[in-house]
Amino acid sequence: MREVAIVAFAQTEHTDHDTGLTEPELLLPVIEEVRVKSGLRKFGFTCSGSCDYLAGAPFSFVSALDSLGAWPPISESHVEMDGAFALYEAWVRLQHGDIDSALVYGFGKTSTSDLREIMTLQLDPYYLAPLGLDQLSFAGLQASARGADRAELDAIVRRSRADGRTNPYALNLPDPTPEDDGHAAPITDGAAAVVLVAGDLIANYPRPAYITGIAHRIEPHYLGMRNLALSASAADAASAAGVGKGPIDVAELHTQFSHEEPILRDAFGLPAGTVINPSGGPLAANPVMATGLIRIGEAAQRILDGTARRAVAHATSGPCLQHNLVAVLSSEV
Amino acid sequence: MGNRCAVIGIGQTRYTTKRQDVSIAGLVREAALRALEDAGLTFKDIDAVVIGKAPDLFEGVMMPEAYLADALGAAGKPMMRVHTAGSVGGSTGLVGASLIQGGVHERVLVVAYEKQSESNATWALSTHLPYNASLVVGAGGYFAPHIREYMRRSGAPDHIGTLVAVKDRQNALKNPYAHLRIPGIDRAMVESTPMLWEPIRYLETCPSSDGACAMVLAAESAVTGRPAWVHGTAMRSEPIFRAGRDTVNPQGGKDCAADVYRQAGITDPRREIDVAEVYVPFSWYEPMWLENLGFAAENEGWKLTEAGCTALDGDTPWNASGGVLSSNPIGASGLIRFAEAALQVRGMAGEHQVEGARTALGHAYGGGAQFFAMWIVGADKP
Repeated sequence: MREVAIVAFAQTEHTDHDTGLTEPELLLPVIEEVRVKSGLRKFGFTCSGSCDYLAGAPFSFVSALDSLGAWPPISESHVEMDGAFALYEAWVRLQHGDIDSALVYGFGKTSTSDLREIMTLQLDPYYLAPLGLDQLSFAGLQASARGADRAELDAIVRRSRADGRTNPYALNLPDPTPEDDGHAAPITDGAAAVVLVAGDLIANYPRPAYITGIAHRIEPHYLGMRNLALSASAADAASAAGVGKGPIDVAELHTQFSHEEPILRDAFGLPAGTVINPSGGPLAANPVMATGLIRIGEAAQRILDGTARRAVAHATSGPCLQHNLVAVLSSEV
Repeated sequence: MGNRCAVIGIGQTRYTTKRQDVSIAGLVREAALRALEDAGLTFKDIDAVVIGKAPDLFEGVMMPEAYLADALGAAGKPMMRVHTAGSVGGSTGLVGASLIQGGVHERVLVVAYEKQSESNATWALSTHLPYNASLVVGAGGYFAPHIREYMRRSGAPDHIGTLVAVKDRQNALKNPYAHLRIPGIDRAMVESTPMLWEPIRYLETCPSSDGACAMVLAAESAVTGRPAWVHGTAMRSEPIFRAGRDTVNPQGGKDCAADVYRQAGITDPRREIDVAEVYVPFSWYEPMWLENLGFAAENEGWKLTEAGCTALDGDTPWNASGGVLSSNPIGASGLIRFAEAALQVRGMAGEHQVEGARTALGHAYGGGAQFFAMWIVGADKP
């Protein structure tokens, strides 16, 4: 495949409450920041990820174009998925060979709605949604199927929140308590953007984060069709992306619940020395529809900073890790 | 443009107001199985699935690709969900083609649908955005002023919209999948229907349809059956609130057309494109898009319509299938345009086949006439 690299990443200082900013207002500074960091004002392709249901109205992506200042008209597309899948679409587009740059962004505000109930609407509308199981109930079924050790999960939350406190973009969450156990990712507003380059353009950047592999897989929707203790689709995607082909310094995982970390660690075969979610991960900031893209951005940032040589990023969609995307980022081709 | 890509299978459902005999999953699976049958393949032969539909509020299922993975044989494969407003069907075809052109996959199934009977599209389009002022007008109320501005600029006589409404429904009588099949359709019938949004009468607007459309796309090495070759693909977007944006003749549409024509080597679209399937949800958008797409000079598009040039037996047939005016499962409508263009150059359009069609345009637009997706397909390998 054609070499593609991430050269710029930016995210908002995420908040746990509505600050009054609209989605385009959240995006505007983030887009400007990746333009400055990449030195590019225009891009061969633009792709974004968002979800109408968070705002409860159609076409959340339409007004986002106003923050881009998409004029003259741009070559642009949108996925009703996390921004990580928009990045995948942009990576595919760069494989054509006729363009050398792409802008990707994702954004979401969950502070103004009831995310747990909204996620119920993602289920089969005839047989599952009417049961009224919300996102927490589904996650509970998976945690139970996994039979995860409570102490291990508590330690994951404690570590994630501590790391989040050192990350200026994540929420400032205290150590977990019985009343605030933190096993579910917090309600968060935020946005993120990434710039991809390919071809001759890569040479303009001293330390690009090469995407050496990227793949995603979905599995059946019905929980009864899956072994919830494992993630077959995450394992398949990791294998296709070449996760096991080298050492992994850092893994940024889209864990919306603490028990998803051991499931994904197994699926990816992560060695004991791999640092997981040093940003604090989704348990420290979960701006839905940007969270997965932020995993890729955080992993890439460590390559750009020179603090990691090879990193894995993961994004997910659907109930109980139904759909998983894995990217391998490296300082070398 | 990357590797060569071909359409090797097409499947459509019979478009209708209410498909109460199938679920959403049943509807998309029906189209997918027909596309696979056309290609002589099964789900096992498919590497990836791309699905598109208009806003999730139309059926009340959020991110339905999660639920539809099973019905589309996507388990264990990559699946993408595209949403670019009304142009989404076209964009879905382009995202699928991109996976082939980028050399990532050999065979991709693309599916787009809408099951409008499970909700109310005009309600879903009119909900109050929490962060913006709402127009609460639906699509007809939004586009009617743009049409009136077109009439003012071009001096087009009032009956042009009526002519398109009749012509497309006459074509629909030749398309077994079309939703509106109105025997004896004529100008008097259209003009007798109520005015909805001046100047758009009831029969000058598209119906609300349930339906799905699917295509199998293949790399050159994986072609089966009779291919339609992709000669060009393009998408363009522009901001809805940009001051000075020309909503009647949008720059995004002009740029998108110029891009796709350049790739396909087309310099005179009216002469070099044998048949065009263009997104015309309100009758007057035919003359407007004739100009935007370079088939006619500015303010002259209505003259082609009036002279019958765009009829099935005209010199530049538009919407031989009956178009969006005859069938409108919104999220699928763009993909149907792309699929009908491919059917024409494969010579498989049946009664509405344009004799000897070798090159065809598929077109979709969406949002506030600000999102555009287009492709050119041909009988010959590019």
